[in-house]
Amino acid sequence: MAVTETAPARTKAIEHSRRRQTLITGWLLLVLAAFVAVVFGLDSSGNASFRLAFPGDAFAVPNLVVPAAPYAYAVAAILAFFGARHFMRGAARWTGWLLGIGLLLAVTAFLTWATDDKSFSLTGMLQATLVRAVPIALGGLAGVLCERVAVVNIAIEGMLLAGAFTGAVVGSVIGGIGGLASAVLVGGLFGLLLAVLVVTYRIDQIIAGVAINLLVLGLTSYASSQVLTTYRHLNNAPVFQSINIPFVSDIPVIGPILFQQNIFVYGAIIMVALSTYYLFYTRSGLRARAVGEHPEAADTLGINVYRLRYINVVIGGMVAGFGGAWFTLGSVGRFDDNMTGGRGFIGLAAMIFGRWHPVGALMAALVFGFADSLQQKLAILGTPIPSEFLAMAPYLATIVLVAGLIGRSRPPAADGKPYVKE
Amino acid sequence: MSEQTKRESLSEQLLQRATVSRFDVEQVVIVPVLAVVLALIIGGVVMLATGVAPQAVAQSYAALFTGSLGSVYALSETLTAATPLTLAALGIALGFRAGLFNIGAEGQIILGGIGAVVVGFSFAGLPIYLHLPLALLAGALGGAAWAAIAGWLRAATGAHEVIITIMLNLTSMRLLTYLLRNPPIQNPERTDPISKSVLESAQLPHLLDWLEPNLRLDAGIFVAIAAVVFVYWILFRTTIGFEFRASGLNPDAARYAGMRSGFIIVAVMALSGALAGLAGANQVLGVIGRVSPNFSGGIGFDAIAVALLGRSHPVGVLIAGLLFGALQAGGRQMQASAGVSLDLISIIQALIIIFVAAPVLIRKVFPWPFRSKAK
Repeated sequence: MAVTETAPARTKAIEHSRRRQTLITGWLLLVLAAFVAVVFGLDSSGNASFRLAFPGDAFAVPNLVVPAAPYAYAVAAILAFFGARHFMRGAARWTGWLLGIGLLLAVTAFLTWATDDKSFSLTGMLQATLVRAVPIALGGLAGVLCERVAVVNIAIEGMLLAGAFTGAVVGSVIGGIGGLASAVLVGGLFGLLLAVLVVTYRIDQIIAGVAINLLVLGLTSYASSQVLTTYRHLNNAPVFQSINIPFVSDIPVIGPILFQQNIFVYGAIIMVALSTYYLFYTRSGLRARAVGEHPEAADTLGINVYRLRYINVVIGGMVAGFGGAWFTLGSVGRFDDNMTGGRGFIGLAAMIFGRWHPVGALMAALVFGFADSLQQKLAILGTPIPSEFLAMAPYLATIVLVAGLIGRSRPPAADGKPYVKE
Repeated sequence: MSEQTKRESLSEQLLQRATVSRFDVEQVVIVPVLAVVLALIIGGVVMLATGVAPQAVAQSYAALFTGSLGSVYALSETLTAATPLTLAALGIALGFRAGLFNIGAEGQIILGGIGAVVVGFSFAGLPIYLHLPLALLAGALGGAAWAAIAGWLRAATGAHEVIITIMLNLTSMRLLTYLLRNPPIQNPERTDPISKSVLESAQLPHLLDWLEPNLRLDAGIFVAIAAVVFVYWILFRTTIGFEFRASGLNPDAARYAGMRSGFIIVAVMALSGALAGLAGANQVLGVIGRVSPNFSGGIGFDAIAVALLGRSHPVGVLIAGLLFGALQAGGRQMQASAGVSLDLISIIQALIIIFVAAPVLIRKVFPWPFRSKAK
């Protein structure tokens, strides 16, 4: 490479990597098409019936019956078309979309093959998808709120765990609502701690995040083994039941998925909507993003960089605390050591995957939630594929998708930099 | 965690290191020592707050000390715990130096362990001087290949290495449970998920069992020391190491200077993964003797803390690894003899990291030993 790289050379390099990208995606889609046709198509013989209604629904929707083999061939044909299009037209702008749609179709073909000659509750699975997406989406949202003001939040995992612990303990003593409120509060406190460390004391943000994760893991596990094992009544919290929203919850398929959920699912959706509105449609949101992109310029215009960073990081912590309470108050009612099990890191991935946008993070979280519930429900169907490989599939799909979206996700420009007021 | 983030934090770390002259006793000695003291004090407060009697607190800290440094057995346990931490942390530190955040050490440890165990239980009859290096090499290659996936994707498509390594971590855990339940890796005599045992000719020899049979310290410590020297040499004494650091500090400048950015990313990730893989191989060939579902035990995540605490410098990483190893070993003794949960150690480790990263906090609590003014 020349010492002075000219602009055309750079453009050429980008062009080159785009073309390679396109070719790789094309091959990938073709291989996927062949796989779907050979494995799913040849192996299916009957019909897959998907149950859409629950017993006792107001309107009983008939089952969705799909002939498995023809469906697999149809999907394979579409995938092959997508793949071929990459070779002939390039399709650079559409690469990500085609890849995403292709993977989605392949998943449906897989489901049809797995359900061949059986029946499967599709609505139930989609309902579980939303439930399982909640902590990941809230973790991702917490990350978005922090990183939009240029504070990298590796501590999401710790904040979730803190919320889960507080929810269980306080919930056991004063009830679910109080538990939830204090989980939010404690999440906010850890947000405050992060803000103090990185905004005021300007510790490296990754170091601070890693330290907070370790601190929360230590504190909660220590308290759980030192205190909760002796006083068991402190770890027996009530679980929030699902609330049916009148009228809309009776709509077939959509009703059970969207409107027969507990407070956490509604809360997550509302928070995503509110954060989107806040970040992109209000004056303070614009200021927050300015702080994330160019703090010096924001400061020059009289925006208090430090205060905005504090506010956003604390709110992010509160969101994560709410998400953490899901683990205890929203599902099992008791705390176990390290029960978040890396969901915070998946939330971090969802944030990057969702391109630092609340809605994007929610969508990415839904992908993970879908995979999570799919794997759980497929155990009932008994496919010949080992369950571990099914569990891997979403992670591998994420890798493929992230690699497919070349250079299109960009963090806020000042992300991770401490700001020193002059 | 953008490139810029890492660039920025790394350049800061480098600058900090540069300003730590060898005369600056305050930065190098006083701050870390006081950080440990302060963390222990706060740990004591936490114990008191959870109803541990003051006497028991004193007893715990006595056990923490004797369990990490108080006897030959304690020292052996400390070094045994420090070895994999140091190895994996060296890999992560190498990544930090080149501006890459390899969060996937855990997965690379798992793949390294799998590679090592496969070679370790195969090839019966090989002499130890062939079999052991081969098994270690397989471990390093396993970790390197796994990490190189992330590096290659980063170089070829710009995919964020953090997200890829997180996904590879999760994937590797599923892969491990699958492999442990199926031939050829599962031990045919067992029904639970566990691998065949490593043959004697591939085991890292225990160094001190002639003194007492339960001393676990194995030859892996030499691997770790060699790795420290190797990483120091490659980072500060070779052209490629200079290229690593240059791309970490300013990727654009490095590219304009003619450095091959794609190659550097893949090389750094592979090397980083190889070191983590060696940590896995060390656990398998030296400590456990086989692969079990949780054999990696979160070393890959603790190693991030060790790398940060050691400021991504090989010698710093070694010292931080020894400190964390001592806390682990002492913590086990503390749990056994004083009945205080081992999880207290995580709290203390987290506090140490915070205090070392923010000396200002230390200065506020202990103003006396500092002569120079806080910056």
